Amino acid sequence: MSFLQALINGIALAAVYSLLGMGFVIIYKSMQVLSFAQPALMLFGGWWVVYFATLVHLNFYVAVLIAIAIAVISGLFIERVFLRPMVGKPVFAVAIMTIGLDLAIRIIAGNFYDVSPRSTGDPWGLSTFNVGRLIIGHRRVAAIVVSVVVLLALLAFFRFSRMGLAMRAAAFDQEVALIQGVSVAAVFAISWALASVLATLASLFINPDLGSLGPASYTLALKALPVVVIGGLDSIGGTLVAALMVGIAEALTGTYQMHLTPYIGQNFSQVVPYLVMFVVLLVRPYGLFGTREVERV
Amino acid sequence: MRLRPGLVTDYRADAGIFKSVTQRIWFGLLLAAAVFLGAGGAIGPIRISSDIMVLLAYAMFASIGALGLNIVTGMAGQVSLGHAFFLGLGAYTAAILGGVEQTRQAMDPVTGQQVTEVVLRGYGLDMIIWLPLAGIIAALAGLIVAPVATRLRGLYLAFVTLGLVFLGEHIFREARTLTGGAGNGRPTAEYRLFGFRFDQDGEVFGIWMSKQQKLFFLGLILLLVMGLAAKNLFRSRVGRALAAIRDRDIAAEMMGIPLGRYKLIAFTISSFYAGIAGALFWAVVGRLTAEGFNFLLSIKYIAMILIGGVATVSGSIMGAFFITFLPKVVEGLAGLPGLSHIISKDPAGMINTFQFEQILFGLFIVGFLILEPMGLYGIWIRVRNYWKGWPFSY
Repeated sequence: MSFLQALINGIALAAVYSLLGMGFVIIYKSMQVLSFAQPALMLFGGWWVVYFATLVHLNFYVAVLIAIAIAVISGLFIERVFLRPMVGKPVFAVAIMTIGLDLAIRIIAGNFYDVSPRSTGDPWGLSTFNVGRLIIGHRRVAAIVVSVVVLLALLAFFRFSRMGLAMRAAAFDQEVALIQGVSVAAVFAISWALASVLATLASLFINPDLGSLGPASYTLALKALPVVVIGGLDSIGGTLVAALMVGIAEALTGTYQMHLTPYIGQNFSQVVPYLVMFVVLLVRPYGLFGTREVERV
Repeated sequence: MRLRPGLVTDYRADAGIFKSVTQRIWFGLLLAAAVFLGAGGAIGPIRISSDIMVLLAYAMFASIGALGLNIVTGMAGQVSLGHAFFLGLGAYTAAILGGVEQTRQAMDPVTGQQVTEVVLRGYGLDMIIWLPLAGIIAALAGLIVAPVATRLRGLYLAFVTLGLVFLGEHIFREARTLTGGAGNGRPTAEYRLFGFRFDQDGEVFGIWMSKQQKLFFLGLILLLVMGLAAKNLFRSRVGRALAAIRDRDIAAEMMGIPLGRYKLIAFTISSFYAGIAGALFWAVVGRLTAEGFNFLLSIKYIAMILIGGVATVSGSIMGAFFITFLPKVVEGLAGLPGLSHIISKDPAGMINTFQFEQILFGLFIVGFLILEPMGLYGIWIRVRNYWKGWPFSY
């Protein structure tokens, strides 16, 4: 029974990872930038939900919508001000820059929070329902439903819309896309806005038991990085597979590790994503589904 | 125009530690000034107070760590975000070997007798043992990690080394009898070399010195040795191979440079430097907590070499000094009348000094990357060239 329970918790965790991971992949595909700022954006977006839902006392769903609107604006702003001047700079320089950005945003966002974690004011609270002897939290179900819907919507957007096509073209080859009349600048802007929105949504579920947010939630969000690396930085499908893999592995370790191997300490499940990443990268240096870089001299 | 910087007329000068006589003279003068000021002398109004003295010692220890990161990231171009792990490894090795054992009385659950239980391991060894071993243990860890690094490139490598930091933090938190566990931490190694105490005031060769001064001179000597060693590494066969790998790894491989072996060398030496720096730095701090060796520390070291100057010895040192003195500057800023209500020293204030410092970090990294990729070293070169050509500079 505890196995099935862990499995369900793992899938809920995977839902959160896939939301965050998609943000990384979208940005990486569109501008070959690895954004370390994603966890900070999550804290930032989450704060607005907290603010409108618990301090202004708006309806939770209205608060989420407003937070999403703010996330879009802040995503666009960050891209235009900080990332656009870095186009064409070495990959690593840009990655380090997003770390700097992450520090700055995290301090600003973290300053809104108290020392104690804040509730997002969501309607799920601590309520659960039982299936046989399984205890399933409402928030976990919500996480799975939201991420499935959002991911399907995203895939449909990439597949069928004009802008989605443009984004795929730009991801394939920026210069050729530019010649065909695709506005690569718009692609950059939209990918940051999307990533920012995804991070905001993830903030609702990042703490699946309590739903609370605090500056420390940052480390939870950072675990989406190994997920993306395991899947391959430029593979959407890979990210989903890796999210499931890591989510379930983490939940299983959390359930069994303290009984089986108590000597490696508490909270070992928190480093499992990084361990999985080590192993996967040793075997496949570009992640499970990442495209192998073609080397030309 | 013989003294134009950058103009090298023969191969010996190009490969030399100092490119010109002027450089040699300036280096000597700087060193003499450091020794004179460190010994308590005053050049005009310049005099080093003891709190600055200890900061200088910190900066010199940090410089050794920055040199290590510069070998692997600046020289060999292998981006490592895992420097905090190696620093931590060195610091903990030193603390375990050079620290004091702590025990407590406990009841044996089986026999019911009173037994002494070791709460914290420590062997109380001499500095001549813990300092090199701190470097060697860290170097061994680097040796183990390096094979992974030889398979990976660019961002993927950055991630793996980032993962290392999180794994390390977990180990430092959970290995209680060695590290004191989460939150508590443990006391560090004792600064004692053949009975000579660096952590107490006392006479050295008949001159009375405060402990800050002793640490200052220890830092100066070690930095001199490690800095010259790094400089020699940069200009040797190994250094040239590393630079070739950084510039284009495939081309380097085609020239007959075995990538695997040289990346291994780079990682091992870099970790050795980190281990030494970690041991020295935290032994002055006096307390080790697992939380200190996080991602932010790695970023701090990345910032040092980015701000100072990538792949240069003097750049690493400048960067380390810059970052070490940043909190002092921020503290000064917080005292200014206009800024005091924005940046407060009170942790509950709008932006406290620590947070402001972190924002400055972020901005400095961003700023230097966009405006001056060569770092402080690049600024120095430009200023120097301006005055060299004055009044015909352009």
